[in-house]
Formats: sequence, C-alpha cells, structure tokens
Amino acid sequence: MAFLRKLRRVDYHEHTLNTSESRMITPETVWVTQAYSGFVPQHWYQDKTAFFLYDPCHHKRKPEWCCWHVGPSTPSQTCTCGCSSWLGITLKTLKKEIHTHLEQHVTRTRRYRVVKGIISPVGDSYKKKGLIEACHRLEMARLATLNSDWITVDDWESQQPEWVETAKVVRHHADLISSENNSDDVDTVRCGKRRKLEQNTIICQSSCNINTKEDSPHLNLLCGADVLESFGVKDLWKPEDIEEIVGRYGVACITRCGSDPEKFINQSDVLYKHRKNIHMVREWVTNEISATHVRRALRRGQSVRYLLPDSVVRYIQEHSLYSVESEQKNANAILAPFQRYTSSN
Amino acid sequence: MAGRIPLVLLACGSFNPITHQHMRLFELARDHMHQTGLYRVVGGIVSPVGDNYGKQGLVVSKHRLAMARLALQSSDWVSVDDWESQQADWTETVVTMRYHYDRIAAQYHNSKDPPTASDVPQLKLLCGADFMDTFKIPGLWRDDHVEEVVGRFGLVCVSRGSLQPDRAIHESDLLSRHRQRIFLVREWVHNEISATEVRRALRRGQSVKYLLPDSVIDYIREHNLYTQDSEMKNKDVKLRPLTMQTIQD
Repeated sequence: MAFLRKLRRVDYHEHTLNTSESRMITPETVWVTQAYSGFVPQHWYQDKTAFFLYDPCHHKRKPEWCCWHVGPSTPSQTCTCGCSSWLGITLKTLKKEIHTHLEQHVTRTRRYRVVKGIISPVGDSYKKKGLIEACHRLEMARLATLNSDWITVDDWESQQPEWVETAKVVRHHADLISSENNSDDVDTVRCGKRRKLEQNTIICQSSCNINTKEDSPHLNLLCGADVLESFGVKDLWKPEDIEEIVGRYGVACITRCGSDPEKFINQSDVLYKHRKNIHMVREWVTNEISATHVRRALRRGQSVRYLLPDSVVRYIQEHSLYSVESEQKNANAILAPFQRYTSSN
Repeated sequence: MAGRIPLVLLACGSFNPITHQHMRLFELARDHMHQTGLYRVVGGIVSPVGDNYGKQGLVVSKHRLAMARLALQSSDWVSVDDWESQQADWTETVVTMRYHYDRIAAQYHNSKDPPTASDVPQLKLLCGADFMDTFKIPGLWRDDHVEEVVGRFGLVCVSRGSLQPDRAIHESDLLSRHRQRIFLVREWVHNEISATEVRRALRRGQSVKYLLPDSVIDYIREHNLYTQDSEMKNKDVKLRPLTMQTIQD
C-alpha cells in the first residue's frame, strides 16, 4: 500500500475529468485514489464511500482493478475485478462494471457509526399480561446499562398517561435528535432510539467539491424478528405507522431462531417497498434467553444468575418481583393497541 | 435440607475463555440436584485443563485460571482449582476426580469428629451434552476410566442445543449400565453461546459484552488474548489423550 501514498490526488482529478469516455485505459492512465483520503470521481459513485484502484505495479503482468471501501478504520478490499482483458476496455465500460460491483456492495454493506442506543420501556397502560410497574422495569434497565458507554434508558414513553404507539415514540426521539443536531455543531449527539450516522469522512485537500459535512443522525428501531412479524397481526399496528417506521426511519432487525424475517418482508408490500431501510442482523449463535423464560424460572425458585446482570437479580430479590401473582396481572385486560384500534373500527 | 447427601460438582474443561454459559451449568445443575430431593450441593469446582492437553487455540493456563477467578469472584459456592493445570503432563479426568474426592474427604475427616460416611460429600462430574458424545471417540477414553467416572462418581449432564444426551447413553452399554448415576438436566433455553464462538467474535473485533463478565473481557483486552495467532496454537498437535493411549497399547 505504500506506493499509493506517493501518488498525488490532484493528478487523478484532472485525469478523470478530462478523459473522454471512449479513451482506452492504459497503465499510464492512473485512476487511483488513496485509501484513507482522497478524491472520488463523484460522477461515478452515488454514495461517495468507495474508490477504485488501478495497481500500476501490476501493469507489467496483469493490471488489477480493486475496489476499496472507505470505513472508519482500515479500508478493506471489496472486490477485485481485474484481468488482462481490462487493458483493452474503455473508460465507459469500466465505469459500468465498477458501478455495478459497487452498487451491489454498497447496498450490502453501508457504513454506519452507531452513536447511541436507547432502551425505551413501554408504559403500564400497555396492559400486557405479567407486566410489572414501569418504575421497576426502568430501574432494572438502568442497573443493567450502568456500565455501558453507549446504551441508556429513556423514560419518556413510560411517563405518558396513555399507551403511546411506537411510531410516536420514534418520532419523538427523532425530533429530539434533529433539534439537538441543529443547535450544536459538535458531532456527537445525545439521545435517540438506535441511530446510524452515515460515514462521510472523505477528506479532500485538493480542489474538489465533495461534501464533507456530516449528515444528521438517523434513527432506527431495533427489534427482534418476532416484532417485525407482528406487523402482520390484525389491529396491532396502524398501517400508516408501519409505513412511517420503515419508510421514514428504518429498522434494525435481529433474527431469532424459528423466524424467517426475509420471507416475511417479501410477503408484505409495505416492508418490501422499504426493504433497503430494513437492516437484518444475523445472529449466528442462537441465544433464546427471553424475559418470559426468566420470569418462569423466578416463579419456580430457579436460579437466573448469569442470565441477567447480578445487580438486576439482586433488585428482583429485594423487591420480590415476578411471582405467580405478578404473572396474573392484566390477565383479563385487553392489550392497549387492540383496544384502541378495534374500538375505532 | 436435612438428611440430604452433600454434593460437590466438578467441571473440567478448557475454559478458553470462561463464559456465562459455563457458570450457568453450575446454577442449572444445582437447581436440578436440589429438586431431586436427595442432594444438597455444597460446592462447585472449576478445574481448567493443563496446557499439555494440546487443544487448538488453547491459551496458557495462567491466563485461563486468572479469567476464571475473575469470573467467579462474586460466587459464594463455586471456586477455581489449579491442581490439574499445574501437573507436569495432562491428567485424565478420573485422576483429577480422585484427587478432588480425596482432598474433600480429608477435609471432612479433619473437621468432623467422629466423621460419618454420609457426611463426606459426593463428587460428580458436571458437563455439557457434547461431553457425553466424546466417550465414543476412539482412543480418547479408557474404558476403565469411564467406568470409574460414571460408575463410582457420577455425571450431571446439562443438555445443549439439539444434542440429545439420552441418545448417547442409549448407544453405550457402559453408560446404560450406570444410568442411575447420570443426571440429565434439561436446559430449555436454546443457547449456543460457546467459548469457540466467543473466540471467533474476539478475532473479528466483535463485541462479546454480556457473554462474559466485564472483568474477563477487560483481562482479555489487557493481555491481547484470542487473536488469529492464538487460534493457530497446537494446530498440528494431536490431543494428548490420543497420544497417551497409543503409547500404552
């Protein structure tokens, strides 16, 4: 990689702009960028996060074209598309080839920097069976995230007098983020459900017009595959809410054993339409520890140590939470969304 | 809990590194043995294997012991023992069990006067279901050792994922004969987190937070354990028990 640093960016800028599309590419035509900083032929790439490199060291044998993807740390080679036949091609063909590769790659692996994570416990008026008071749930969440440097707990949702739709919660936090982003020019922003900040750190020191200002942080709803699939349950979600959450904001969905979220996305028109905003996080190692299981173990006097942080286990013991009685709470109540949406029908 | 048989659970293994899953084994086993109504679990021992075991990716026992101690600092009944890892060569599981049984018995004889046979705690081997399957690997276990581990001491086996330990018992005459000495603990929560997965995540710079105690994660970072290189250790080395058996034949 050392040879790359010696190349001056300004040369390539001129090359790329002045070369006609039908000109043959030769070893002397160096369409190269430096890996960490540099110029991206803006008119070739839409997302400004990829470069392509022609490795002149190879020009005596085979020229090699590599795509380099810029990330927060060292760039990684995304694809190599090179062979001797490249020498005979024109810029136009090459652009098309690279662009296809990059488009595929970029849709697969966009670069984000997660700046914050927020746990927002639901309010008591949700009326789920076995749901204990929000004050306890908030405190346990706070204890659990005490030594996390990026995850925090937010009580806005649980403090509302009535149950709040998820879309409203997402909207609330998104508005909070953008107002904070506008008010200060520091690049770290507080608050937000799950945020993604588009990495746009191409530093260009020569004359080029790449925009290096950081975009406002995005907000994504983080959930398990079961929540995504719950979008299909009648009267549980308002269709316009689903549209807003996936269309306007975005979802990061962690797969769980037994569900096939991709199939579900495919079967739902609204999810399919916004599939680019749904980020699947594949959990390769199955881990099915659930709150339901934990509550069951607690009811039966079994140990839940090492399933939850010790501080939360202690809190539960101190306050005698999760008994047979607590599990019967809301047993005959109707879940808040069902109540709200069926009565309005 | 009066009238119950006191019991100590011994877990042997690489503990490379120790994870919450390992510690869960103890919790699940204790609950299960108590619920039989017959036993009273009085202690748990984590005994990391010695470096001569020759398993691929095994980091030095000094680190594995330190991590296990950090993880079990807050436990009031499980502790770490370094006898096995301090031996010059790899020791068979049965040898480790004999050592701990004699040690515990000696403690009781020294402390009680007069000691009764029923006061001396029993010792059982605590393991996962994958362990049961190792009995049928040729050359890994001596038959008389399996006989002693299962017949004399006993096993407490916690199921894991889709592995069916009762099938392993069914397929082995030896194990079937000692069925009453094998306690199967069903782990209803499907959980495949293993030390292997943890090492994989660490190699790839991924987060392992909440899979191991924070103190162990800090230790791993501090000493830069579990890299591509560490995983290559012992790559072409044969497992010690397999070389030992061939020498004796």
